[in-house]
Amino acid sequence: MTAILLTKNVHLSYGKKEALHGIDLDFDEHGITALIGPSGCGKSTFLRCLNRMNDLIPRTTVTGTFNFKGQDIYAPTTNLVELRKQIGMVFQQPNPFPFSVYENVTYGLRLTGHKDRQFLDEQVERSLKQAAVWDEVKDDLNKSALSFSGGQQQRICIARLLAVQPDIILLDEPTSALDPISSAQIETTLLALKNEYTIIIVTHNLQQASRIADKTAFMLNGNLVEFDLTSKMFTQPEQQDTSDYLNGKFG
Amino acid sequence: MTPNQTDKLATQLINFLVAVVVLILLFLLGDIILSGFPHISWHFLTSPSSSFSAGGGIRDQLFNSLYLLILTLIISFPLALGSAIYLSEYAGDNWFTGLIRTAIEVLSSLPSVVVGLFGYLLFVIEFHLGFSILSGAIALTFFNLPLLVRSIEGSLHAVPDSQREAGIALGLSNWRTIRGVILPAALPGILTGIILSAGRVFGEAAALIYTAGQSAPILDYTNWNPMATDSFLNPMRPAETLAVHIWKVNTEGVTPDAVSISAGASAVLIIVILIFNFGARAIGNHMFKKMTGGK
Repeated sequence: MTAILLTKNVHLSYGKKEALHGIDLDFDEHGITALIGPSGCGKSTFLRCLNRMNDLIPRTTVTGTFNFKGQDIYAPTTNLVELRKQIGMVFQQPNPFPFSVYENVTYGLRLTGHKDRQFLDEQVERSLKQAAVWDEVKDDLNKSALSFSGGQQQRICIARLLAVQPDIILLDEPTSALDPISSAQIETTLLALKNEYTIIIVTHNLQQASRIADKTAFMLNGNLVEFDLTSKMFTQPEQQDTSDYLNGKFG
Repeated sequence: MTPNQTDKLATQLINFLVAVVVLILLFLLGDIILSGFPHISWHFLTSPSSSFSAGGGIRDQLFNSLYLLILTLIISFPLALGSAIYLSEYAGDNWFTGLIRTAIEVLSSLPSVVVGLFGYLLFVIEFHLGFSILSGAIALTFFNLPLLVRSIEGSLHAVPDSQREAGIALGLSNWRTIRGVILPAALPGILTGIILSAGRVFGEAAALIYTAGQSAPILDYTNWNPMATDSFLNPMRPAETLAVHIWKVNTEGVTPDAVSISAGASAVLIIVILIFNFGARAIGNHMFKKMTGGK
């Protein structure tokens, strides 16, 4: 396995308050890595560093090394638009644009100048199929994306991301606003995608992490406590904190 | 009192207050339209006004009102849209933007006579624009700006931040996100702002007396050259609007049928505002549906 994204000594502060106290995490190409930990441990914050979404929050300072395919994510010359095309993100609340399904999925492509109708049609079908929502929306591509259920909206958001063919997909608790059936569908989708994409998922749901993640990182109070193969961490955790958290003693 | 009774009482009180407001509105609308409607005729709508004899119409005043509205919107809408986007999407929360917001609020509470006199001194006299539709449109822009800026800013703010994150996480630049996602989503609110401000433009009299003037020269509706003095498109001609006409007929009118003219003109004014209101909403809904793929 080769690492596609390497981070070293990541510190992040909001104003004077430090939220991440030096995180080192390497992400292998293809496969699913889960970030788990109790609320406020900094897992979402760390995730949002990876495509610089924290830039949007005023008075945030990030230090450390972020190496994505040999390129420094935080270099002054980084083209944010290009970066976020390569490292896309799915959020906790499904947030499709208030347009039709077709326009949602083709939005990123049309921005980069793709106009050929046939090419767009193919990409819409490919992305929606990959996101496992094609069968449910294929007859209603011109309907507003907002008219579908939460789970369908979330998968449309995943399809919207897949259309621009990113290398890495970041997911910030993508199923916490969804019912169990929709969550299961999203998990199936992610498992099908992991052979082609690098997936990093923040989740509250330990079972979810154990079901789908190849590797899991456990964070606590802005520190990385343990990072290992999921199968190993869930059976033989090395740290007492990890064991306590996995056994439901806190969190 | 039990919580149940309090709840009932509160509901009844709210219903009563709403009923009062609705009744006042219905009474005003009904009274104006019922007393004015008998005076509206094809002749009334299509003939020029007369200063001394009976039988004058409101053709030019009606057109002036509409033309003034269009000119005002052409000037004020881009300005308002730009400042609202700045305030809602780019500006931080600091003393400078606070100052801008306060200035906008002060602007909206200026008495219209003051704005009219200011417009008279600056545009009519100083800039040699004379009594003209253009002077009137610029003065009305002063009224319009605060209303438009605040309502557009409000509707941009109402678009959830998750939409901005979605755009940016997809690799859209800030501006593309605003133009492609935020503005279409905010369209219904923006339209409401335009409708509200249009109502003010139609109804404004005091500020226009000093800027657009009180005379309605005979217009040639076949002359499409905006430079010609008698062309209906000439923005540099004095132009009495419907609201100013109502005021003038009532205060210094010497025509024997002044009362029926002002009643008819008032009814026409209300009807035009209603038509504009519903029309703008219908167009807006259509655009919104087209952009968002319906529901």
